[in-house]
Amino acid sequence: MLSRTRRDLTMAEAARGPGNARVDHLVVADMIEPRSRVLDVGCGDGELLKLLESRGVDGRGIELSREGVNECVAKGLAVIQGDADTDLVDYPNDAFDYVVLSQTLQATRHPRAVLEHMLRIGRHAVVSFPNFGHWRIRLLLLFGGRMPQTDNLPDTWYDTPNIHFCTIKDFRDLCGTVGVKMERALALNAWGRPLRLNAPWWFWNLFGEQAVFLLGRRGD
Amino acid sequence: MAELKVVPSRIAVAREREADQPRSPVAIFEMDRPLRLDAGVELSPFQVAYQAYGELNAERSNAVLVCHALTGDQHVSNHHPVTGKAGWWDTMVGPGRPIDTNRYYVICPNVLGACMGTTGPASTDPRTGLTWGLDFPVITIRDMVRAQAMLLDRLGIDTLFAVAGGSMGGMQVLQWAASYPQRVFAALPIACATRHSAQNIAFHEVGRQAVMADPDWRGGRYFAEGVSPRRGLAVARMGAHITYLSDAALHRKFGRKFQDRDNPTFSFDADFEVESYLRHQGSSFVERFDANSYLYLTRAMDYFDLAADCDGVLANAFKGTRTRFCVISFTSDWLFPTSESRAIVHALNAAGARVSFAEIATDKGHDAFLLDEPELLQIVAGFLDSAAAARGIAKA
Repeated sequence: MLSRTRRDLTMAEAARGPGNARVDHLVVADMIEPRSRVLDVGCGDGELLKLLESRGVDGRGIELSREGVNECVAKGLAVIQGDADTDLVDYPNDAFDYVVLSQTLQATRHPRAVLEHMLRIGRHAVVSFPNFGHWRIRLLLLFGGRMPQTDNLPDTWYDTPNIHFCTIKDFRDLCGTVGVKMERALALNAWGRPLRLNAPWWFWNLFGEQAVFLLGRRGD
Repeated sequence: MAELKVVPSRIAVAREREADQPRSPVAIFEMDRPLRLDAGVELSPFQVAYQAYGELNAERSNAVLVCHALTGDQHVSNHHPVTGKAGWWDTMVGPGRPIDTNRYYVICPNVLGACMGTTGPASTDPRTGLTWGLDFPVITIRDMVRAQAMLLDRLGIDTLFAVAGGSMGGMQVLQWAASYPQRVFAALPIACATRHSAQNIAFHEVGRQAVMADPDWRGGRYFAEGVSPRRGLAVARMGAHITYLSDAALHRKFGRKFQDRDNPTFSFDADFEVESYLRHQGSSFVERFDANSYLYLTRAMDYFDLAADCDGVLANAFKGTRTRFCVISFTSDWLFPTSESRAIVHALNAAGARVSFAEIATDKGHDAFLLDEPELLQIVAGFLDSAAAARGIAKA
């Protein structure tokens, strides 16, 4: 499941930066060298790709939802209809400088396989995801006793596309298991602004509404 | 009347005249410009009939080649001189349409082997003064594209802004991108494949056998003998027409409804609407199409296999390409299903090409590419618009 519907976007949806770009998109875009080749997996309506192309990036996209793809193609973006879980396998090694997975990891069936493919296809991977370890979600589960529903993650447990939620700590562990290099990491607060860079991981894991990781191959 | 009745009409007579003297511009290639065919022979002299719309800009950068399908022709956006019908793709091509003739110079040639003015089996062999018939060499999609490239040379067009087409037209688009990558800025292969599947070859074979089983086919020499295999060609068309639609579309359109009656007649008359519709499709088709052309063009599609020219590796057909691609398929197309388009996309990705791919949800089957599908039109318009901006083509 790869569709980035408007509904399951995090609060950063509302947070807009310069040029009316979404703050979380700006954070992702800042991790990408200009004029590089980028594959955006789960590119939605193509907003991030548009932002990247305005920075001289040669961008391509994959999107599951037919409406999203058709909207992108009609905007002139090079986007194909496809599924991260099944279609990344068809891309050759080293085809891209960066493979981006923005707000989509938790909706994939096999997050680990997707991550491994990303770093096979691209020299770097940029992954952003909602942090399930955020204090508000913890409180909802602790005192509500039910699967948390928030403004940013409003779906009920039985119809959410997000089948693999994780916390920032969980994702760090996965990176260790897969053996990828964490080149940069950022946690964003509820308003899409980065938390203090020198904050410890437990602080990010508690107060980061979402996280953005720049990953590389170990040994590169 | 249970048997299919097909009577020749004025349309058939007018169509036969078009084969040699079409009411379209014609480029004639004399003996000094032979066409080298994949079959290993040269075709010479030959001619290419085409239609052109809009104006070529000063930079000669706005030319769009539209490739027609099996039974199409060059009359993409004008009234057909023989049938009087509107152009076969006038939802797509015309002033203000996605392939905007106010902005682009649009050329649509009749393909090699067809019967509307480009040399084919229905044309007169100038060396003998007789209709080519089965003496016409077997041609391929690549031969069609070679002939088109010669036409463009003649028109002084070095680079095409875009090549677009559906079905057999899409095969030509892919062949263009593979044979002349540096001459194609953008490519739009719609509802097609890089090779004809066994099932599709099988359907074609049934159609050809229907033609050849008609006693009036006369071993392909029906012209000389003053007859025409109308019943055979009509049956071929009826069979093929089913493959262009879908179960859902046939059900929606006809269901099990009776034609002009309330009860079955307990005969082999066309009781059902769908039968009546197919008979009409068959009989009107034979008016406007030559039976031998049908054999040659279906054969050309059967032989199409882009990967075979590249040691079986499809991606090699597009190696190093700088062409932008927009691949489109339709959910209910079972002749060229989405999996075929995905194979194109995978190969293009492997070649590092700039490719977009959209699958459009419709129950109209393969023929959807010819119909007024808003999403199709919107995608083609958007793709061409951004490509035109990248190419520096002024807005209309």
